[in-house]
Amino acid sequence: MLFLPELFLLGGSLVLFFVTLGEDKGTLAKNITIAIGLGLTILCAWGINNSGTMFFGAYAVDFYSQFFKLVIALGLTFVLLLAPDLKGVNTKIQAEYYLFMVLSVLGLVMLVSSAELLTLFVALELSSFALYLMVPMRDDTTGERKQMEAAIKYIMFGVISTGTMLFGMSYLFGLTGTTYFIELLPALQGMVGNPVALLAVLMVLVGFFYKLGIFPFHFWVPDVYEGSANATTSFIATVPKIAAVAIMIRIMTLVNPADSSWLVLILMIAAVASMFYGNLAALVQTDIKRMLGFSGIAHAGFVLLGLLAMDELGYARATFYIIGYLLMNLACFLVVCNVSVQGENVSRDDLKGLYKRSPFLALVLLVGMFALAGIPPFVGFIGKFMLLTSALQADHLILVILAALNTAIAIFYYLSVVRVAFTSDPEDRPDVEVGASTWAVGMILMVVIVYMGIAPNQILTMASQAMKVIM
Amino acid sequence: MELIISGGHLLSWLIFIPLIGAGLLFFTPGEENQRRLAFVVTSVNALLSLKLWSGFDAATAALQFGERFAWIPSLNIEYALGLDGISILLVMLTTFIMPLCVLGSWTYISKRVKEFMICLLVMETAMIGVFCAMDFVLFYVFWEMMLIPMYLLIGVWGGARRKYASVKFFLYTLAGSVMLLVAIIALYLANDHSWFIPDMMGKGYSMSFQVWVFLAFFLAFAIKVPMFPFHTWLPAAHVEAPGAGSVILASVLLKMGTYGFLRFGLPITPQATLALAPYMLWLSIAGILYGGFTALAQSDMKKLIAYSSVGHMGFVTLGIFVLNTSGVEGALIQMVNHGITTGALFLMIGMIYERTHSREIKDHSGLAYTLPIFVSFLTIFALSSLGFPGTNSFIGEFLILVGAFSHNKIIAGFAIPGAVLAAAYMLRLLQHVLFKGKGRTDISDLNFRECVTLAPLLILVFWIGLAPEPFMNVMHTSVEFLLNQVNASQAVAALAGQ
Repeated sequence: MLFLPELFLLGGSLVLFFVTLGEDKGTLAKNITIAIGLGLTILCAWGINNSGTMFFGAYAVDFYSQFFKLVIALGLTFVLLLAPDLKGVNTKIQAEYYLFMVLSVLGLVMLVSSAELLTLFVALELSSFALYLMVPMRDDTTGERKQMEAAIKYIMFGVISTGTMLFGMSYLFGLTGTTYFIELLPALQGMVGNPVALLAVLMVLVGFFYKLGIFPFHFWVPDVYEGSANATTSFIATVPKIAAVAIMIRIMTLVNPADSSWLVLILMIAAVASMFYGNLAALVQTDIKRMLGFSGIAHAGFVLLGLLAMDELGYARATFYIIGYLLMNLACFLVVCNVSVQGENVSRDDLKGLYKRSPFLALVLLVGMFALAGIPPFVGFIGKFMLLTSALQADHLILVILAALNTAIAIFYYLSVVRVAFTSDPEDRPDVEVGASTWAVGMILMVVIVYMGIAPNQILTMASQAMKVIM
Repeated sequence: MELIISGGHLLSWLIFIPLIGAGLLFFTPGEENQRRLAFVVTSVNALLSLKLWSGFDAATAALQFGERFAWIPSLNIEYALGLDGISILLVMLTTFIMPLCVLGSWTYISKRVKEFMICLLVMETAMIGVFCAMDFVLFYVFWEMMLIPMYLLIGVWGGARRKYASVKFFLYTLAGSVMLLVAIIALYLANDHSWFIPDMMGKGYSMSFQVWVFLAFFLAFAIKVPMFPFHTWLPAAHVEAPGAGSVILASVLLKMGTYGFLRFGLPITPQATLALAPYMLWLSIAGILYGGFTALAQSDMKKLIAYSSVGHMGFVTLGIFVLNTSGVEGALIQMVNHGITTGALFLMIGMIYERTHSREIKDHSGLAYTLPIFVSFLTIFALSSLGFPGTNSFIGEFLILVGAFSHNKIIAGFAIPGAVLAAAYMLRLLQHVLFKGKGRTDISDLNFRECVTLAPLLILVFWIGLAPEPFMNVMHTSVEFLLNQVNASQAVAALAGQ
């Protein structure tokens, strides 16, 4: 029973595999995948209080893992329902595309349950390789083979950071003689002042810095966001980041807080650099996906603010923030996916006069962008606010001021998107029809973004509860 | 400062009735129905706010009509509301100006009526929320929430340069308030993790802490007022905003900056206020003179009124930072006056713009011969704006000048030309619009709806001008209490120094 969501995903991917043997089964595959997403969500919600270990303790099912699994399942479902059809991917390979998506989710679901370094590594690779394959599956619309460039960059940076992570894991094993988190934790806590232990933890963190797109491991982000199909980007930009934060928290707990000033300093520098780099670079972007990529780097910096507090509250707030980020980003990608006519990229000018062409999408865009910018009453505000509070509580005044400055910088580019959508004339751009499922997802996203913004307590309590399990 | 919890939820109703109305509007078909619904909702709110007036106890400085319960317990954030002599007039100003805004944009707004009215109602929620919030996070949420509907009001329904104006408005205000956020968090940590605003007052923080917090307040509030040299967003926003948008900006939004100084700056950082008040006074003088001279040079009526606002708000900040009773009371009543008079002037410019599609003074000459009702209203409001005795602004400016003279004669002397300048630019406007040239015959005079829109403001102009006592009584105890808070800090500091 503990393994039911994973088995369900595995079964689902087998079904998809058989579907791929037929020709042009894109629609069928998509419907199956939606069923998988919904089924996974139900299974995860149903089993949220399960707990136990499997495979000789290498695989832990607890509230921590189940909580993140539920978020991942919801994220997958939203990504699938964002747009009525998969634009920009050849119909012949659409079935394979969904197969890889499900496999990637399987990897992520296993990742958050990993209680041991090697399991973690295998799960991470499973999710990553599926993503590496999804990127180049886009049609070559521009003639520049941008999707190939993106895929190469993605895999190269991915392999290097995974290698670094593996190197760090070997140190951890060398120091403690174990790969189990449950044994690593006390062993490492005892090694106060051991630079190798800190270095090892940092190297393992690098693997997830890459996933989250934290400076200086962010180089792939803009190109991959721009080069992938819109649906692929909306997946890469959201769901894997949830798992990345989950695992980063798990690894951070290994460090003895008494010994952490060194690590905190590095995280602080990474956070500030990510925020400034992301926000300043985003200012000059005209491609919406590329802009969201840079904004994602800046938001990853904000997540670090929560992590470097190194306590349960900080981790819970970082988790809250990344969940909010998932929702806000999905709202923006919903607009991108629907405005794009044939799966091409959406530039800022393509959004001109959106409030006349589709008032609903314009509203979703407004909520998504202002939420990302951190304007109340949306979730982006309360998330950012909590992170700033915990950082200031830990006496990082300069950090907080720099982060606040970044909020002011960031508003400029979010606002410029809203401005184009609301104050420009559509000229001769066509109206955008919105399907029922898109409408429903858009409504749900907006409601949840506002609800979490004014009543964050529930999710926050759940996140705190989850953190208690692993600390 | 204590908060008297009341059994009812009057303030919550006042805040959320417009929001509920906005929700209903979403499902209301037909433009005429939408206008009517918006008018009914705002009127109901205005009538409901009369209960504040009747239930208010002017003898106490405590916060009344209080509500307080936990909102986000894990962060200690509360939902706390309260009202005292400083905020009651501002809340009532807001509730009464809103139905007039709806009336004033009845025909002015002809496209996307539903969205426009929703923006107005959300604005009302946020504005009343700002004046009533007694938890700092709640305050900040309302404070920032205002940006989005205001941005849309200017950006979607605005004039030719609406993009520029709306973005400038948004960036200025947001940039100003990010440091406010940091200051709020710092205050929270300094106060045993409480966001409750009265808890933050009179705590005797160290001088350097006070100065930093005051500067953060200053940046946020001075931009909102706007104080010279942070005023440049205002003319742009005013000129491009639709009529009702300008009215909201002038009548209510600008008051939030000065309200912020009174509610937060003075009682939370009293020593910094005392130390920095001279600079504030000189900035106010700069604003008064700059606004006056610039208004004198305008050919666009809306721009003229916008720059006159910079000057008038300079008088308000002058009154606040002389830190004596007549100054602060004058500032408070002048905030209300400015809301009434400038609001009325912007409404009238909106009305004439509907007819001529121009805001240039030269396109509206000699109207005395053809539009008698219009020019009668215009004359009265213009005279009120320049502080003519018998009208409301006279009371405010007079009290402020009395306060200024008893504080520092040199500073007061610099403010006097401001009053003269106001007479100069307003009379220049009047002379042009009333008597110069022959007058256009192709436009009609004000209709019944427009007269109804302006009439309440006209009554208030004379009511406050001739019998200000009821309005002054309401604020007296609270102002005294506020000034005591500021002066007590000096005594405390002196004791600590010995």
